[in-house]
Amino acid sequence: MNIVVCVKHVPDAQGERTFNASDNTVDRENVDGLLSELDEYAVEAALTLVEAGEGEVTIVTVGPDAAADAIKKSLQMGAHKGVHVNDEAIHGSDAIATSLVLAETIKKLSAETAPDLVITGMASTDGAMGVVPAMLAERLGLPAITYASELSVDGGTARIRRDGDVSTQTIEASLPALVSVTDQINEPRYPSFKGIMAAKKKPVEQWALADLGVDPAQVGLDAAWSKVESFAARPPRTAGEIVVDEGDGGTKLASFLASRKFI
Amino acid sequence: MAEVLVLVDHIDGSVRKTTSELLTIARRLGEPSAVYIGDGFDTARESLAKFGAEKAYRVESPEVLDHLVVPQAEVLAQLVADTAPAAVLIPASTEGKEVAARLAIKTGSGLITDAVDVQAGEGGGVMTTTQSVFAGSYTVVATVTKGTPIVAVKPNSATPEEAAGAVADEVVDYSPSDAAKGARITESKPKVASGRPELTEAAIVVSGGRGTAGDFAPIEAFADALGAAVGASRAAVDAGWYPHASQVGQTGKQVSPQLYVAAGISGAIQHRAGMQTSKTIVAVNKDNEAPIFELVDFGVVGDLFTVLPQATEAVTTAKG
Ligand SMILES: Cc1cc2nc3c(=O)[nH]c(=O)nc-3n(C[C@H](O)[C@H](O)[C@H](O)COP(=O)(O)OP(=O)(O)OC[C@H]3O[C@@H](n4cnc5c(N)ncnc54)[C@H](O)[C@@H]3O)c2cc1C
Ligand SMILES: Nc1ncnc2c1ncn2[C@@H]1O[C@H](COP(=O)(O)O)[C@@H](O)[C@H]1O
Repeated sequence: MNIVVCVKHVPDAQGERTFNASDNTVDRENVDGLLSELDEYAVEAALTLVEAGEGEVTIVTVGPDAAADAIKKSLQMGAHKGVHVNDEAIHGSDAIATSLVLAETIKKLSAETAPDLVITGMASTDGAMGVVPAMLAERLGLPAITYASELSVDGGTARIRRDGDVSTQTIEASLPALVSVTDQINEPRYPSFKGIMAAKKKPVEQWALADLGVDPAQVGLDAAWSKVESFAARPPRTAGEIVVDEGDGGTKLASFLASRKFI
Repeated sequence: MAEVLVLVDHIDGSVRKTTSELLTIARRLGEPSAVYIGDGFDTARESLAKFGAEKAYRVESPEVLDHLVVPQAEVLAQLVADTAPAAVLIPASTEGKEVAARLAIKTGSGLITDAVDVQAGEGGGVMTTTQSVFAGSYTVVATVTKGTPIVAVKPNSATPEEAAGAVADEVVDYSPSDAAKGARITESKPKVASGRPELTEAAIVVSGGRGTAGDFAPIEAFADALGAAVGASRAAVDAGWYPHASQVGQTGKQVSPQLYVAAGISGAIQHRAGMQTSKTIVAVNKDNEAPIFELVDFGVVGDLFTVLPQATEAVTTAKG
C-alpha cells in the first residue's frame, strides 16, 4: 500500500505566535516552528499500515524553507521519502490555495504511483481551520472519511471509527480514499537513533509551482479569496481575584457567581 | 433584499440553538432562508419561524445523511447557483466546517471559519467577520473577496432574537452524485444522552481534569446546581474518566460560554484553545501556580473535593 501524508510546519504553540504587520499574514519566520503535533498522528497511522504489509509512505509539505524540518522529522519517524513544495509565490496562501497546491502535488506523484490513501491531520495547530482535508478530497475527487479515531484497511476498503456527539460511527470508503485522523488514533513514536541516521539518506524532492503547472497568480496573498483586514492582540485579561481556601473557598466562589448574576 | 442561506443544525427536527443564532445573524445581512436537510421538518418549522426564516429549502431524500457531508455541500452549491445569496452561514462544527470547505471549492468562494461575529457592511458594503485565533490571543477581522461569502459561525456568537418569519417552504429536487456516495456510514451506535445541556451551546460549562482523580461526582453535582454542561480535559478523557465528546480544547470542543469553571485542570495551551473566549472564567486548583489562574476572573486555590461541594450547597441554597 502506498500512502501520501500531508504534514504542515507550524509555529510552536508554546512560543509567542503573531502576525506580520506588513501584510497581516502569520509570522512563520521569526518563530520556532515544528511539525504540527496533530500531523504526527497522521504519519504514525501511515507507518502502522505500511509496516503491516508493504509499500511506501511519502510526506508532502507546502511551506517555506523552514518547513523542511517537518519532512525531516517525518522521515526520522520512518517515512520513506518527502516532497517539499516551496515557492515565494505561495506566501500568504489561504486554505483554498494550499489545497490546490497539495492536490496538484498529489496528482503529479500519482503519475508515477497512485497512492491508495492520502492521510492528513484533523487540523493544523496554527490555522486550526480543519478544512484542508475536505478541500483536498473535493479537488482530487476522492471519497473522504474524516476524524478517524481508528483506521483499518481490508482489501480495497478503508474503515474508520468516528466518535461523534450523538453516536459512534463506522464509516467506509473504497480505495483510493482520503482519511483525516484525530489524536485519539495512536501514540506517535519518537524517532529512534537509527531512524535519525537513516533519514539523512532518504530522498526529498524540491518542487516549485512551475513543476506542478500551477499558475502563481492562483496562490499567495493576492489570490486569497478572503482577506485579513486587521488583527489585534486580545487585551490581557484584567487580573482576577484569587483566594486561598481557608474552609470558606466554596462559599466565596458561590458569592462571586451570585455577584455576576449566575445564580 | 438578497437571501442569506442558513444550514439548519438539527437532530430529527429538533433544531439546535446555533440555528437561531445563525438566523439572527442572517437578518443583519439580508433575508434568511433556512436550508433543511433530513426528516422532521414539521417539528422544526416552528423554531425556524420564530427566528425569522422567510423561506425554507427542504431536502428529504433519506440517503442524504448516510453519506457524511458531501450531499450537504452539493445541496448548498445548487442553491447558491439558483438563488445568488448574499452569504451562506453554516454552524462551525467539525462537520459544518467540512461542508463549508467543500462548498467554497465548488462555488469558487472565499471561506471564513470559526467566526465569532459577522457584521453587515456599512451602507451595503462588504460584510466583515471577526475570528479569535491562536488560542484566543488575537482577534482578526476579515472579509471575503471572491464569490459568495461562506461563513462557518461558532456557537454562542449571537444572542438569538425572535422575529416572525414566513417559512415559505420549497422542496429541493436533489439526488446525490456518485462522488457524494463515496463514503458511507455502515454502523451508528447512539450515545446515551446525559440530560445536560449540549457542551458547545451551554451558557455555563463546568469541566474537570486530572485533579478529579477519576471522580467526576463533584463536577457533575456543581454543574447540575448551575444547570451547566460538563466538560473534561484531555487528561481526564485519555484516562477513560469521561467521554471524548466532552473534551474541551484544541482537539475537543471549542466552547465560549458565559461562565467556564475549570476544576483540577492546569490550563495547558491546548486546553485554553478550547475555552479562552469564555466570558467569565473560574478555576479551582490546589496549585497556586497552575497556569489556569492567569486566565481567571475568580480563582480558588484549594482542593476541589471540598471547595466544589461547599459551592454546590451554597448555590442550591441560594436558588432555593
Ligand atoms: C496534540 C495535542 C492536543 C491536545 N488537545 C487537548 C485538548 O483538546 N484538551 C485538553 O484539555 N488538553 C489537550 N491536550 C493535552 C494538554 O497538553 C494537557 O496535557 C492537558 O490539558 C492536561 O489536563 P489536566 O489539566 O486535566 O491535567 P494536569 O496538567 O495534570 O493538571 C491537573 C491539575 O489538577 C490540579 N489538582 C490535582 N488534584 C487536585 C485537587 N484535589 N483539587 C484541585 N486541583 C487539583 C493540579 O494542581 C493540576 O494543576 C493536547 C495535547 C496535545 C499534544
Ligand atoms: N501547508 C500544508 N502542507 C501540507 N499539509 C497541510 C498544509 N496545510 C494543511 N495541511 C494538512 O491539512 C490538515 C488540516 O489543516 P487545516 O485545514 O489548515 O487545519 C493538516 O493536519 C495537514 O495534514
